[in-house]
Amino acid sequence: MSAIVQFENVGLRYGLDSETLSDVSFSLASGGFYFLTGASGAGKTSLLKLLYLAQRPSRGVIRLFDEDVVTLPRKRLPGFRRRIGVVFQDFRLVPHLSAYDNIALPLRVAGMEESEIDAPVAEMLNWVGLGDRGDARPATLSGGEQQRVAIARAVIGRPEILVADEPTGNVDADMARRLMTLFEALNRLGTTIVVATHDLPLIAQVKGAQMMKLDKGRLADPTGTLRYPPRSQERP
Amino acid sequence: MMTGHANRKAAAAARNRLLPEGRVAGPMPWIIAIMMFLTVLSAAAGLGLGAAVRSMSADLAGRASVQVVEADAAARDRLAARTLQALRGADGVRAADPVDPALLADQLRPWLGDAATSGDLPVPALIDVMLTPGDADANVDRLRRLLGGLSSKLRIEPHAAFLLPLAGLLGALGWLAGGVVLLMILATGAVVVLAARGAHDSHRTTIDVLHLMGSTDVQIARLFQRRIGLDAFLGSALGFAFAILVIVLIGLRLTAMGSELLGAVTLDTRGWIVLASLPLLGVLLATLTARWTVLRALGRSL
Repeated sequence: MSAIVQFENVGLRYGLDSETLSDVSFSLASGGFYFLTGASGAGKTSLLKLLYLAQRPSRGVIRLFDEDVVTLPRKRLPGFRRRIGVVFQDFRLVPHLSAYDNIALPLRVAGMEESEIDAPVAEMLNWVGLGDRGDARPATLSGGEQQRVAIARAVIGRPEILVADEPTGNVDADMARRLMTLFEALNRLGTTIVVATHDLPLIAQVKGAQMMKLDKGRLADPTGTLRYPPRSQERP
Repeated sequence: MMTGHANRKAAAAARNRLLPEGRVAGPMPWIIAIMMFLTVLSAAAGLGLGAAVRSMSADLAGRASVQVVEADAAARDRLAARTLQALRGADGVRAADPVDPALLADQLRPWLGDAATSGDLPVPALIDVMLTPGDADANVDRLRRLLGGLSSKLRIEPHAAFLLPLAGLLGALGWLAGGVVLLMILATGAVVVLAARGAHDSHRTTIDVLHLMGSTDVQIARLFQRRIGLDAFLGSALGFAFAILVIVLIGLRLTAMGSELLGAVTLDTRGWIVLASLPLLGVLLATLTARWTVLRALGRSL
């Protein structure tokens, strides 16, 4: 089975509160396109945090790239994180860096030579329609522009998994469609996409995407297809 | 196409941009400068006093004064001449020289006034004796027996008798200065720990983003250690320069006083090398402490 992500009875509790996520089990096929939906407070962001390794679960097993990441030593986490691109809900752009430098961050973190950074960053800036705003600091960009910088930063390293938390929340309908087209293009190149969103028309736009619905910390999976995906949905 | 050098330079510039600039604007370089100033002064005091104690120890072991306690001036001069002759021929004596009575009178004048030179007061004649290296106590005992055989009006005073407490005091002050240097090093380390923690906390958001992109702890720690190392370099250079200026000025004043005792408080080449190494050690200490602090702080996060 070519599952890139596997959750087995995962629970997440913050402090002494009741569980934010309970008994979450699913498998994401490599190269799949997934939407994560649910009401506010359902646990979408918490699930994504587990996915991009910002949090360890309180219980259960999470396997990423065929390795158990719950018991993974801390020093091995960076290698896994470099294979995951993240678009944060609040963008998390580094405020004192230009749009160019923000987008170049993952490449520099990965140790890419400076001479090899310029071309992909310039291409990415053009791709998100910010070719002439490379020198702009985040504070001088609109919400939509910041979001596009965040998306460019998440995808520039050609991650194997792209996790996006409400990526279209601050952009107009036209830009939202363009972003989805961009995600689909990435998906066709083999990147597994997980997008948390409330935007149902957006979900309908992506053909073949699978929906995951969280309700009060539990994943709705009445047919069991999320936990045990049919062979036809798996990709080699 | 970038050359290797240009590439490294561009990479370094990009890394440096990751933390917002703020060098010298903060209190860190100034605090380090003050601490380095005090450390270098304390170290100089410790090394100078150590040299004085070593020089004094040579005196302690190898010198003595013989007093000719005779009220009659003519008899005193005769006895002094005989004693001098006997001392110069004695085993264990490297040199024996009479102390100039005029010099002696000059030294007594502050206490005795003009009576010191009037001749009304019987002032003992003094002979300065330098002993051969070896067992100083045995030498002094041998001379005491020799002088006892010559006259009952001869007394020998090994310098150790009156210089030992002073040497002890100087030695203690030297150790105290060494202790102050150690405390300053600890305090510098503590200041760097606080500064690194503060910098870590204030850049938390950037650190989180870097972490989630796959930055290793060492990559992040390097950013802070470089910044703090630069602050420490600037502060150390400033503090060291001022301390050296003060040391040179104090040295000139000590030399101008013409005191044999104070003149012994000197810095030899080894001492200057030790002082010159202090700012380098300061920068190294600050850099390593910053690295350790940030790595520890990062180790507590996922």
